[in-house]
Parts: sequence; structure tokens; C-alpha cells
Amino acid sequence: MRRRDFIRFAGAAAALSAAGCAGTGAGKARVVVIGGGYGGATAAKYIRMWDPGIDVVMVERANIFTSCPISNLVLGGNRSMEDIRHSYDGLRKYGVRVVNDEATAVDAAKKVVRLERGGDLAYDRLIVSPGVDFNFNEIEGYQASQARILHAWKAGAQTIGLRRQLEDMKDGGIYVLAIPLAPYRCPPGPYERACQVAHYFKRVKPRSKVLLLDANPDVTSKGPLFKRAWEDLYKGMIEYRGNAKVVAVDAKSMTVRTDFDTVKGDVLNVVPPQRAGDIAVKAGLITHNNRWCDVDWRTLESKAVKAVHVLGDSTLSAPGMPKSGHIANQQAKVCAAAVIELLNGRSPNPAPVMTNTCYSFVSDKEVIHVASVHQWDAGQATILPVKGAGGVSSARNELESTYGWAWARNIWADMLT
Amino acid sequence: MRIYVMLAAALAALPLAAHAQDNAAARSLAATCANCHGTDGRSVSPEVTPLAGFPKDLIVQRMNEFKNGKRPATVMHQLAKGYTDQQIDLIAGYLAAQRR
Repeated sequence: MRRRDFIRFAGAAAALSAAGCAGTGAGKARVVVIGGGYGGATAAKYIRMWDPGIDVVMVERANIFTSCPISNLVLGGNRSMEDIRHSYDGLRKYGVRVVNDEATAVDAAKKVVRLERGGDLAYDRLIVSPGVDFNFNEIEGYQASQARILHAWKAGAQTIGLRRQLEDMKDGGIYVLAIPLAPYRCPPGPYERACQVAHYFKRVKPRSKVLLLDANPDVTSKGPLFKRAWEDLYKGMIEYRGNAKVVAVDAKSMTVRTDFDTVKGDVLNVVPPQRAGDIAVKAGLITHNNRWCDVDWRTLESKAVKAVHVLGDSTLSAPGMPKSGHIANQQAKVCAAAVIELLNGRSPNPAPVMTNTCYSFVSDKEVIHVASVHQWDAGQATILPVKGAGGVSSARNELESTYGWAWARNIWADMLT
Repeated sequence: MRIYVMLAAALAALPLAAHAQDNAAARSLAATCANCHGTDGRSVSPEVTPLAGFPKDLIVQRMNEFKNGKRPATVMHQLAKGYTDQQIDLIAGYLAAQRR
């Protein structure tokens, strides 16, 4: 990176003579993207696709993309890790420079991102899309229990680990899934996970149970559809408790404690309270409740730090906007278009539109969705769901499992290839 | 090789730049379809209607039929209602102009 920056400042002749390893020529505006998830990868691709005159560097600590959407199906044994892992190589054909490293600091005054393996990346505009990190300290005992108690709320090693725990669990065991207060990443995710695990138990360990301890008063997304699926497909297997916030865990006794009682389980899957990713904290982007980053929805520019944009789960969600991969992808395109306009000295689109569509697999072949369309509201200076649009599936159905899987394939292609 | 690529990119960008602002609104609106229908309407999944190069009038007609409930759908009747007629016209025009 140091070498690259040297070349950038050394002028066109040097850049051209060393072009084979330099990557781009001198004088281009540069966007650095932190995070290669649904938000970051989409932004990186779309900026290059729409304006090849901008230099884009994407910093991602993982060397392969692993999708959270569909990862519940891996837990249920209906899909494999290979299905949800995708290479970043496709971004290179757009001229995105993918740097496999971790961003450790942002100097907004100097407009520089610091990398763990050394070297600084200068930027004209920075896009921060780190997803969520966890407030483990809000649950007593969690720090000390992490070898045994998993969240699997970031797909990857924990997805594999939790699947192994479920496979190792005896028939007749109890799987406990604890859900934090909203807002958290992927509102319907926990309820889909309950379905997938129950589906696995029903086939392989039919005497086993799923216990949902939800800090929220009721199911936060697609409630009637999920409850209907639990009743029809997994009768007697799934127990749901609302207002059951887990406040402590203990891996030795394999128990979780709520405000009311202590519950013992065979597999404890505790999803902790969440906040914007660590780098957003370090970069001073947090504006609300020590957790989320407020942005201008026309540009996704931070309301705290100029020339820095925040995407995806880290943002302080607009009213009615879920923390979903789909929305992160849509935010990324609004941001990409705005960044291009700003770097070219023009005005960004004053009225952005976003959609959300989220498919949940309630079994191996039946799906329910929730959808919404969000339009800029000048009066309220935010982006709001369009009244009368959007909605949920009329009933769970097999046709939408085809569309759900097609959604996954198309959105992965839309962000990565 | 490198220089060739840069020149090609620059040349490709020229006609784009001339229409950039006219096209930007339609391009961004159409990008809201891409999650399910593929980048610029080129779906990688045969189950979803590929919208690239789909006739403009037909896209407009179908979106209106989704809106007014004449055309059965799983989700499109809910999404179509979120767009104005003018937005649908821009989306349809952009997607119709994309290579298949």
C-alpha cells in the first residue's frame, strides 16, 4: 500500500512505467470501501461499473465472502457452506482492488485509512460497511463462555460450529435460541433459524425441542406466518417465550438466565445485543445510543464525519427499514450513485428509492416473504416506506422457495460478479 | 496492455458522460430491481424474468397489471405499488435498452 501511494503522488510517468503493479494511474479520485459484505461489495462494484474514472479499493479481512442470508439453511442441513461462500475475484473484472486486510483506524482529517498489516490508504471518499459487532458485556458470563456458547450471527466459523453442536446433540435435547431486543441484524432471522433447526430435529432427532427466548414482546417479523408454520409443521417442538431477555449465561452448567428464571439447554445459541461494527466506533461514526450511525439517506454520508459514508447494518435504520442484506445492497447503490456525482462535482439524486425483499425458509421447501418500498420524503427529510405498498406472503408456499433461492443467486451475482 | 485497458475504459466512458445525468435517475431506479432480476436486468437464475432488453411497453403494462391486481404475483403486486408511473416509465426505458 505504501508503494501504491508513493506511485500515486509520484506522477503520471512513474505510474505508467510501473503500471503493471501499480493498479491505476495518477490523479484519479479514490474511494476506499471498508467491508466486503452486502453493502461494501455492492458499492465497490457499482462505483466502478458506473464510473470507471474512479479508483476503488475494497478492504476486507476475510478472503472469501460468506453470506448470512441462507446460512440458517446450513444449520438445518438443507444447504452447505459451499453454497453460501463466494469468491471476491469477480470484483476484479470491474477494476476493484480487493485488499485482504483489516482496517484498524480512520484519520478523517488526513483522509487516510490505516491497515493492520501496515500501510495507509488515502481516500477522497470513504465508505464504511462493517456490519454489526456485539455487546457481549450486556450478558453476564458471555465473555467467558464463548468457546461453548455461539451466536452464529455472522456466517462462517460459527455457522459450522453451531451445526456441529446440533449434530452432536442427543435426541431429546433442548436447543435454546436467545434473541436480543430489536433493532438487530435480520429481524426474521431467529424465527427462520428456529424453523430450520426444528426441521432438522423432526427428521433426525424427533424427541428434541427448540426453545426461543425472545427479549422482544412478540415475534418481530412475519409473526402470524411463523407461528402458523410452527403450529402446522413442528407442533409441540417449538416453544416461544416473549419478554424473555437473557441477562446471563453459564457454559459450565449450560444455563441461561432471564429476569424470571434459569433455563438449562443442550445447545445454547445466544445472539447478543448489537451495534455498528468496531471500525465505525473507532472512526467516530456512532451517533445514537452508543450503537448506530446516522446518515443522510440521499447520499449515505455520515452525519458525524464528512466525506465518510456508512452502509448496511451499522446505520441508524430509517423508520420501517430493516437491517437486511437486501437493504444494504440497495443503500450501496444509492451511495455509489451519490459518491460518483459528488466526486464529479455534480449534485446527487435528490429523491432516492430503495426496496426490501426478505425470504424466510420455514422448511426445506416452503418460504414466506416480507417486502417494502422506501421513498425519500422531503418534508420529513428521511426515507419512508410507501403506504399501501409492500406486505408479506398470503401463506407459506413452495413457489417462493424457488424465488428465494433465485433471489440469493441474483443478489450474490449483483454484488460480486 | 494496461494502457489499452485504460484507454478502452476512457473511450467507453465518453458517450456515458454525455448522457450521465439524464440517465442517472433511470439507472438508479432500475438498480432497485437488480437484487432479484440481476444487474441491469440480466438474471442468473432462469426462474426470474430477465428484464434486460424486455420491451419497454411490456414492462410498463405488467407493472400496471401488478399494481391493479390483474396479474397474479407472489411479491411483485406489493413492490409495484411502491413506484410512481413516472418512475416505472424510467425503469422500463432503462431496462429495455440493456443488452440481453
